[in-house]
Amino acid sequence: MAKILLEMKDIIKTFPGVKALDHVNLQVEEGEIHALVGENGAGKSTLMNVLSGVYCYGTYEGDIIYNGEICKFSKIKDSEEKGIVIIHQELALVPEMTIGENMYLGNEQGSPMAIDWDKTYGESDKYLRKVGLMESSRTLIKDIGVGKQQLVEIAKALAKNAKLLILDEPTSSLNESDSQALLDLMLEFKKQGMTMIIITHKLNEVAYVADKITVIRDGSTIETLDKKKDAFTEDRIIQGMVGRELTNRFPSREPEVGDTALEVKDWTVHHQIYSDRKVVDHVSLYVKKGEVLGISGLMGAGRTELAMSIFGGSYGRDISGQLFIDGEEVKLASVKEAIAHKIAYVTEDRKGNGLILSNPIRVNTTLANLKDVSSHGVIDRDKEVAVAEEYRQKLKTKCPSIEQNVGNLSGGNQQKVLLAKWMYAGPDVLILDEPTRGIDVGAKYEIYCIINDLVANGKSVIMISSELPEVLGMSDRIYIMNEGKIAGEMDAKEASQEKIMSCILKSSKGE
Amino acid sequence: MEKVSISSLLKKYTMVIVLVIVTLFFTWQTGGRMLLPQNINNLIAQNAYVFVLATGMLLCILTGGNIDLSVGSVVCIVGAVGATLMVNKGINPFLAILLMLGAGVLIGSWQAFWIAYRRIPPFIVTLAGMLMFRGLSNIVLDGFTIAPMPDGYLMLFNNYIVDFFHGEGLNITCILAGVIAVVIFVGLVFKGRISKTKKGYAVDPLANDVIKCTVISVVILAFMWRLAQYKGIPNILLWIIAIILIYWYLTSKTTVGRHLYAIGGNEKAAALSGINTNRVYFMAYANMGLLAAVAAMMTIARLNSANPTAGDGYEMDAIGACFIGGASAYGGSGTIPGVIIGATLMGVINLGMSIMGVDANWQKVVKGAVLLAAVIFDVESKKRSK
Repeated sequence: MAKILLEMKDIIKTFPGVKALDHVNLQVEEGEIHALVGENGAGKSTLMNVLSGVYCYGTYEGDIIYNGEICKFSKIKDSEEKGIVIIHQELALVPEMTIGENMYLGNEQGSPMAIDWDKTYGESDKYLRKVGLMESSRTLIKDIGVGKQQLVEIAKALAKNAKLLILDEPTSSLNESDSQALLDLMLEFKKQGMTMIIITHKLNEVAYVADKITVIRDGSTIETLDKKKDAFTEDRIIQGMVGRELTNRFPSREPEVGDTALEVKDWTVHHQIYSDRKVVDHVSLYVKKGEVLGISGLMGAGRTELAMSIFGGSYGRDISGQLFIDGEEVKLASVKEAIAHKIAYVTEDRKGNGLILSNPIRVNTTLANLKDVSSHGVIDRDKEVAVAEEYRQKLKTKCPSIEQNVGNLSGGNQQKVLLAKWMYAGPDVLILDEPTRGIDVGAKYEIYCIINDLVANGKSVIMISSELPEVLGMSDRIYIMNEGKIAGEMDAKEASQEKIMSCILKSSKGE
Repeated sequence: MEKVSISSLLKKYTMVIVLVIVTLFFTWQTGGRMLLPQNINNLIAQNAYVFVLATGMLLCILTGGNIDLSVGSVVCIVGAVGATLMVNKGINPFLAILLMLGAGVLIGSWQAFWIAYRRIPPFIVTLAGMLMFRGLSNIVLDGFTIAPMPDGYLMLFNNYIVDFFHGEGLNITCILAGVIAVVIFVGLVFKGRISKTKKGYAVDPLANDVIKCTVISVVILAFMWRLAQYKGIPNILLWIIAIILIYWYLTSKTTVGRHLYAIGGNEKAAALSGINTNRVYFMAYANMGLLAAVAAMMTIARLNSANPTAGDGYEMDAIGACFIGGASAYGGSGTIPGVIIGATLMGVINLGMSIMGVDANWQKVVKGAVLLAAVIFDVESKKRSK
């Protein structure tokens, strides 16, 4: 039996009024990849914060035994000195600084009055090669993509001499191919003897990389699965996470497809800043009433840009092409006009572009349709409360009251508030951009049910998603986008993950 | 449960409590002179411009912690233009007032255009405005002071409402107005309670509302009592109340107000919700010009002159009042009642120290310290509530 590198024993952590962790036990062997799974709010991040010293020793009960000794971390630096490095879900890089500067931020090489830049960049380059990133360490962070930024984070961790690497949702903002590369990199590190803990919602990834899986539910450890003994099927893991068997991850629906609701022809959009670059290139597509249209593709394929440019030109410049709604050509010059023509765009970035986190659910729900709760510019508070309450019940948003600030809700419930906001705007065509990103399995199922209800009422849904199973499971018809162009169109019945991926690869090669 | 409601109450009304403590402190230090009827009257007359400017400044701050540095200079130039029109050109005061308001809107729109439609940072645009309009005032006035203002103009600001009941040493109209205000206030609070209960919404504990009503009623009555012992309701108070009521309604009850808060909370989300963010920015800064013109009218009336240094430092009083009143330095939160408290606190400190005979330089030190303390407190208490 291999040596136990880390053991967390009977960890109890309470916040005022909530027991976030309740006798959690975790054992990680040296040189293994250990996956931590659980629904949102199950306590995974809290556990990792206890481990890395974000919550200092004494604020929790239980012991952390690392390398045979009991650890009493009082700050993050303490745990990093021992070689425990955590890479958080939200990337913590300064866009205006170079890769090298970022890697040694807070750990500058040389003396305080004279930073040794040669050493900084020299060492950075070495670590960049290790993670397989072919960029100079003098490149600015803002000039590289999210996938590469994630690699920089890992290189940064290596530069800190990490022995135990914790990755919190490392692939949540990566596309399929970047995710795959990252997972392969993890397997490569494992060969070199690195120990890793990965927190993720994507169960196919877990099955791919992990040696062991610990399932956490409601702040307690439910079980630990071992690859040697247990089968790592998604159904098996989900069963542990939700405490029941999810027989069907996608609710079924009888499609009743009607006339064309929205159609674009020859739609071309140029980049917002680099105006000679085409981000959407002569795209033509249509969606019918009562249809869920999936748009699949890699990150950066131009899907979000396409959606936002249709939505009142809220992205891009020099937009050309024709837009038809119910067969009539329209020009939408602003978001306001798009909403008036019954189009809604539910952003992929709910915190940055979607919600006002410091405002209550009530305010967020009515924001896109204030005219229906006001007369002559004066808001009818009672009506507004009634509307927010109605949608809270309809979408089963979990919250103490509609006066709760949205920032205090979990990801899944925030997504429901965002959906409520756009459903209240009364659209006929809803464009959902990554509608289930970063939310747990249970909430995903509820969002799928909402989508089904919408199309059952004759609405059209355009669903942009990077998760292939989701696109396949929910759509009636699928467009595949690559490098700003439509690379293919297929009926959902005949589509498969392989077909979609090969379609993308073929289009990249220019066949 | 009881304990929780008390601590949250304390938090909500911290600045009110601070205001009470500071007032009591100065009353004690000045041997009661602080609360003499004439001083209460002065508190209003001297700080009228702060209330007006801070109201406008709040709208700018709501959009994202943006401030307007030019208001002092705008007050000066509008005052200079108004004085020139009335005194040198002999224009009718009412027409002059309209022209001054027009000038304010014009200046505000000029700055608002660059801020809203060209997205030049407000700090820069208004810093430039601060220099330009101060210089222009000097040019308009040719470096001299214009005085005195016509009587018809002064009357509008400096007079008092006549006592219809001719009370002896006590202005009965003033007291009556106070009583009516209290009745309306208490009536509104309980009407809101009843309608909420009827519809089955949650209401604050009855004790909270009763305490709130009692405290505010006592303050209003005591205030009006003091004014009644002097010369009654000053006209300037009506101006202030009108402006406060209009903007309180605008910010809390209308879609325009909601848009302001939304932009300060998350500008991108607001834009993607179909809100014309440029127009909201424009409105906030153009409106600041309008209110600066109102403040200019008050200022030349009180000084009975227009001079090239008028309005110096007014922007800081207005900004200070907003932040002391709990507006967030990042935008998206802050209320008109908060601004009233902030402006009053600044006024009380000014007046108290003046009566005590504190050196003007030390007064600045104290005001600065109060502003810093208020914002530190705000930031810290928000951290803790997380």
